[in-house]
Amino acid sequence: MSFSFDIYDFTSFTKWIDVSLTSYCTPFWAMIWEMLIIGVAILIFYAVVGLFLVYAERKVCAFIQNRVGPNRVGPYGFIQTVADLVKLLFKELVTIKKADKFLFNLAPFIVIIVNFMVIAAIPFAKGLHAVNFNIGIFYMMAVSSMGVIGILLAGWSSNNKFSLIGAMRSGAQIVSYELSVGLSMITMVILAGTMQLTNTYDPVTNQVLVHGIVDLQKDGWFIFTGHLPAIIAFVIFLIAGTAETNRGPFDFAEAESELTAGFHTEYSGIKFALFYLSEFMNMFIVASIAATIFWGGWMPFHLGHIFGDWVSGFNNVMDYIPPFVWYIGKTFVIIWIIMLFKWTFPRLRIDQLLTLEWKYLLPINLINIILMALVVLMGWHF
Amino acid sequence: MKSIIEYISGIYRGLRSLLIGMSVTGKYFFSPRAIVTQQYPENRHGHGKRSKKQLVMFDRFKGEVVMPHDANNQHKCTGCGICEINCPNGTIEIISVSKVGEDGKKKRAIEKHIYRLGMCSFCALCVKTCPSKALEFSQEFEHAVFDRTKLVKVLNKPGSSLMKGVE
Repeated sequence: MSFSFDIYDFTSFTKWIDVSLTSYCTPFWAMIWEMLIIGVAILIFYAVVGLFLVYAERKVCAFIQNRVGPNRVGPYGFIQTVADLVKLLFKELVTIKKADKFLFNLAPFIVIIVNFMVIAAIPFAKGLHAVNFNIGIFYMMAVSSMGVIGILLAGWSSNNKFSLIGAMRSGAQIVSYELSVGLSMITMVILAGTMQLTNTYDPVTNQVLVHGIVDLQKDGWFIFTGHLPAIIAFVIFLIAGTAETNRGPFDFAEAESELTAGFHTEYSGIKFALFYLSEFMNMFIVASIAATIFWGGWMPFHLGHIFGDWVSGFNNVMDYIPPFVWYIGKTFVIIWIIMLFKWTFPRLRIDQLLTLEWKYLLPINLINIILMALVVLMGWHF
Repeated sequence: MKSIIEYISGIYRGLRSLLIGMSVTGKYFFSPRAIVTQQYPENRHGHGKRSKKQLVMFDRFKGEVVMPHDANNQHKCTGCGICEINCPNGTIEIISVSKVGEDGKKKRAIEKHIYRLGMCSFCALCVKTCPSKALEFSQEFEHAVFDRTKLVKVLNKPGSSLMKGVE
């Protein structure tokens, strides 16, 4: 099979890698090599996006506060975060007396591994995803909530009361807000009728075997086709997702004014950097899930055929923008909204946090699910 | 029923106030002209490459004590020594001489008004107490030098004289 690279459809490219690898070695070793390639690719993607997000956060924060932000290292301060990372790499890893050494060292890796596991299921572009489960959404929900184990371990093993309180708060917060995240995702699953993220095709006939959530948004993103209940679910998902990533205004796990730095008080050097990066990657993951299930992931902006025949021309123009650009664009718009949350709203109190979840988000969410079920049953969606 | 209306109107009011807040911060985000940061080394000599604003220090900024001279190289310092007495650090030292004026009377005049910038605490007592308002603060603030003897400054210019009408 000859080399082929199509920026609009990565299926042939990934197939070329697979075929050429199996021609050199046995299928088992080909699989090992593929896993290795994907692992390295995701690792690089992780580092690049994480560093860029730290930079973006500082710039967004600066612009909102009428400042300039980092602008000394590189053009527009672009490699400031790389310099920060190099500094963190050189710093001493302080070992704490009477800390549980094994768990203390394990905790940042659990947080990172959980991030990787979620990223594996995200469809970045057409034909560009590591795994395509038939329960993709469910898998993402289940795996992303495991990150709290790393935070709890970090707090517990640090032998520090502030860390422990921070970890406990984080646990309470994530357990509450996981409900809202899950229920708002279920609302969209009702509309989609599937949990799979992208289509699977029959290898011989090229027929669609199972429809995926991204491909189902070909005639309009779910936030438009699902109208009112989808918009409500989107708002709830954004709020609950922000809370789940322990970001401001819900940063109770860190709470620098009360708990020094919460669960990562005792961490230094690169171990701290891992926590810091994973926090930003959590935000990226929440934003990309939101982009995938509400705004169509890599699917270009298409209008449905109810508007008339002229939309096919419009849709063709939109198709010229590569899917990867659509995906990254949508994700970064949502990331920008989440950053705007942090730099606009003051922090909540812990009781306000729980009130917001249990008295507002959860009941609205439950009613919204019934509404969405009604809309789907009656065929009121587009 | 009343509580349900309160619940829903509470959500509405909460969302509305949150959106107002986000619109304020969003407006600032999209208006780069609102940035107030002065990027110091670049804006020192007028409009720099990075900065659009020129460095302007505010009027009440206390940079260093100077003695303003007019076009005829005349200052207002009579050499009374009030600034020297008032200075808490011994920063100011006045070396005065007696000169015979035009009317034949002996008059005190300054030979050197020495100001040691390195010892100055910028308390402004000298400027405030000067009876003839001979001293003031300049906005100059880049005082770093490699030799501290350069911090000892003579405020009156060479060959300067007392302004007429100042007693």
